[in-house]
Amino acid sequence: MSNIPMTEAATITAPPSPARLLTRKALRHRGFLFGLVVVGFITLVAVFAPFLAPHDPYKQDLLARMARPVFLGGDWKHILGTDALGRDYLSRMLYGARVSLMIGFVAAMISAVIGTTLGILGGYFGGKVDAAVMFIVSVRLALPATLVALAVVALFGGSLTVVVLVLGFLLWDRFAVVMRSATMQVRQMDYIAAAEVLGASLPRILWKDVLPNVMNALIVIITLEMAHAIILEAALSFLGLGVQPPTPSWGLMISEGKEMLLFESWLITIPGIALFILLLAINVLGDGIRDITAPEGRN
Amino acid sequence: MLKFISMKLGLAVLVALTVSFISFILLYMAGDPAVSIAGEGATAEVIAAVREQYGFNRPLLAQYFEWLMRALSGDFGMSYYFKTPVSDMVAARLPVTMTIGALGMGFALVLAIPMGVLAAAFPNSWLDRLALGIAVVGQAIPSFWFGLILIVIFSVNLGLVPASGTRHWTGYILPMIVLGYYATPAIMRLTRAGMLDVLSADYIRTARAKGLNWRSILFKHALRNAIIPVVSLAAVQLGFMFGGSVVVETIFALHGAGFLAWESISRNDLPTMQALILIFSMFYIGFTLLADILNAWLDPRLRSG
Repeated sequence: MSNIPMTEAATITAPPSPARLLTRKALRHRGFLFGLVVVGFITLVAVFAPFLAPHDPYKQDLLARMARPVFLGGDWKHILGTDALGRDYLSRMLYGARVSLMIGFVAAMISAVIGTTLGILGGYFGGKVDAAVMFIVSVRLALPATLVALAVVALFGGSLTVVVLVLGFLLWDRFAVVMRSATMQVRQMDYIAAAEVLGASLPRILWKDVLPNVMNALIVIITLEMAHAIILEAALSFLGLGVQPPTPSWGLMISEGKEMLLFESWLITIPGIALFILLLAINVLGDGIRDITAPEGRN
Repeated sequence: MLKFISMKLGLAVLVALTVSFISFILLYMAGDPAVSIAGEGATAEVIAAVREQYGFNRPLLAQYFEWLMRALSGDFGMSYYFKTPVSDMVAARLPVTMTIGALGMGFALVLAIPMGVLAAAFPNSWLDRLALGIAVVGQAIPSFWFGLILIVIFSVNLGLVPASGTRHWTGYILPMIVLGYYATPAIMRLTRAGMLDVLSADYIRTARAKGLNWRSILFKHALRNAIIPVVSLAAVQLGFMFGGSVVVETIFALHGAGFLAWESISRNDLPTMQALILIFSMFYIGFTLLADILNAWLDPRLRSG
């Protein structure tokens, strides 16, 4: 058997279960594995930051300011050095992972609820409802997200809650667009017609028949929008209108390190690389989920 | 075609009106503008006088319509902070933003379209992998950090270009790369996907069978069809780039409209913020409308839809 190339007969004699097929595809997808491992690692680091951090991320030590990291000739007391206020950089990095992941996850969840609701309603009902949904999406897209987010944070203050809410209420457009077209496809299926004929209530059809069948696309968009929210939070904090000091946010750390750009460029390199790796891993994970859950033969 | 254009135009006007109302109301919610104009420590009488003078005591809708009518005639009021007419400041700053926007888009198109075409022409080759790598990195790299790294390498260490300002034309190079790279991944992916679709079509096989030159098939026959969705995407991206100019202009200290937006936002200068949000939105609406019309012209099938 093992020498024979995959033939139709072989696939018929051994039909693998859908779950096993999915696992097999997942284990063969290098991007997915890379993303999963890295995102999982950073999540663990974020969760266990209080146990892993060698120092208090807020404690200033003015006698040990701008100590260099170990790989630039520093000592092991501060592995990644200290910032301009003498705070341990490694500890701030570990706590910063919490800020990024928390903001990314909560913002993506808020926008998922808003966008999915709009998208499913538009895609299911079509006609005037759909026109209204598309109009709302056009209005949202016409508003410059960065500018509106900056303005709202400036007006209402840069607490973690405000930043999460602003991003959550701004980044739902892709959910609405993708969920709308996914719902339109599901709407054509016989099982929807069957449910309607059987007299299932509308909420039941949308919740039990439509939503589970657009779930794959939803998960992909959640990962990608999580990355989007993280990058925007970092940009807002970098511009001074996001998470406020002394909260350790990677974007804010890059902003603070910018003052020392000419002399101590590692201050921006370390949080920048962490941000880059996290975003890369989330995006690759999202792409991987899309590939794995796509029907056979599609890419 | 005329019906299509008038429908799209009507929709664009509706979107623009809604956006204008949102940008008006958004900043109105922020608190009493009279207090922020009067400044810190102003007495109640001063605040009341300011409220009277600026007309903040009238109904909200009346204020909105007056603001809108004035905005339509190009009058966005006086800046609270700079004490000059907002429209003068914006007019002075917009050319810089438009220049880096156009340069960035040019950079993105020149990089993304040939790479997308080649990646589709040679799937799974090293070219395809390189294109994928450029796209994946571009999606994950925060543009403010990328900008700073370019400054460290090309301005500080190599001394090739100025780190900030536009006194010399070389000052535009790094902003162009940062802004352009931001738009590259999406355009490249869409070009590649579109080309893969088109290349499997029958008429391409016929053209190959006839013995036409492969390069002319790729760039003339196939690209002409694959480029249609890319046009809309590029218009949308150009609209986003104007928004993204806030970050890029702040890093490179370019005194464009994006930098003005950051200045006015961090100083609670409401009229300037309102004007800029509205103007950036109008650019986006204009670009997408233009793309819709261009698309309908390129692809007659879209006109009925």
